[in-house]
Amino acid sequence: MNVEIESILELVRGALPDVVISLRKNPGPSGQHSLLVEASSLVDVCRFLRDQLEFDLLSNVTGIDWPEPAKADKVAVDETEGAVSPEEGFLEVVYHLFSTTKRVGPLVLRCRTADRRESARVPSVVSVYRSAEFQEREIFDLFGVNFTGHPDLRRILMWDEFVDHPMRKDYVAPDDYEYEPTPHDAVLEKAKRHYPAQS
Amino acid sequence: MAIDPKLADELKSQGVHVTSFEQLINWGRSSSLWPLQFGLACCAIEMIAATMAKYDMARFGAEVFRPSPRQADLMLVAGTVTKKMAPQVVRLYNQMAEPKYVIAMGACAISGGPFKDGYNVLKGIDRYIPVDIVIPGCPPRPEALLEGLLKLREKIANEKLLGKNRARHADPNGAASFPVPEYGPHDLNPPVNREVWNPPTIVREAGGGDA
Repeated sequence: MNVEIESILELVRGALPDVVISLRKNPGPSGQHSLLVEASSLVDVCRFLRDQLEFDLLSNVTGIDWPEPAKADKVAVDETEGAVSPEEGFLEVVYHLFSTTKRVGPLVLRCRTADRRESARVPSVVSVYRSAEFQEREIFDLFGVNFTGHPDLRRILMWDEFVDHPMRKDYVAPDDYEYEPTPHDAVLEKAKRHYPAQS
Repeated sequence: MAIDPKLADELKSQGVHVTSFEQLINWGRSSSLWPLQFGLACCAIEMIAATMAKYDMARFGAEVFRPSPRQADLMLVAGTVTKKMAPQVVRLYNQMAEPKYVIAMGACAISGGPFKDGYNVLKGIDRYIPVDIVIPGCPPRPEALLEGLLKLREKIANEKLLGKNRARHADPNGAASFPVPEYGPHDLNPPVNREVWNPPTIVREAGGGDA
């Protein structure tokens, strides 16, 4: 069953008047709308959703890299008029909440970091949803989002000595492509760099 | 000293078995290959199937999967070797006692397979350790694994233990262990062991890709 996101937004706004939260419409055929939550109020919103609205299952946490912020607002349109998208690129964390008792879901929450560098921070929701622990570690590993308040923020897939964040769009993989019998397309471009110099 | 096969056959018909130490040793080695019990991905499922009753790898003396590298002489690299796993695989190989053999099973262990373009998958275990038999497939059927095993038995049966062309493990100067790669900030260090892995140099026409 789909969630009635407008009524949930009203309930959250009524109970927590201080939080900055807005509805992001998805214009695509799936029509899966989401709630954009300010990072500072994310944990409060999650706790309210869990305790009052019975969203007891955090099934998925994932990240999105938006090097060009204007693109982010093409995909999920802000309902408030005249909202401007941020200047700088940012990282976005997406949460999918379900209610097993009410059998509704997913309720999609989004939370954005200030930028893609030092301030790539989002509060951890491990204190509310224990299942977020490994998934936040994975996002930390692959996207480089720092989850403040996470009990054990380490890399989970790549090794500890690794410094890059492979799922970021500007990640450059190590060029270890030396031998390719039948290269084509993007692989051909890669393989060409290893061809002997033409005389 | 070579044995005349005709004479050996004739003696055999008279109840006299003539052989050489080399043949005897190789026969013993090829008939009881003990694989190291570890699997890395979906190829391991086919490997397990090959050991069970329907395909019955025990027919070829290779059913005793050992949970310790000290007791194993065949390493079946069954599955995707990620860069995080590669040092452990090389370390296990180094800990195996000689003579030891490696079968690279499936597209991933051979070349990285469908994940070759990825950032986290080793583009073939032969970058770090010598591979005796490669079994293509994604994953290979259990029959293919048995075929690979038979090919390895053939290879062992024909190994030279003395002389110039002797096997690596019979050569006092042959390498028994290989450097374990270390985790680096962007990639494994070194990304490839040049003593083991030397791909052919491709000479292409101007423009490239069409030749």
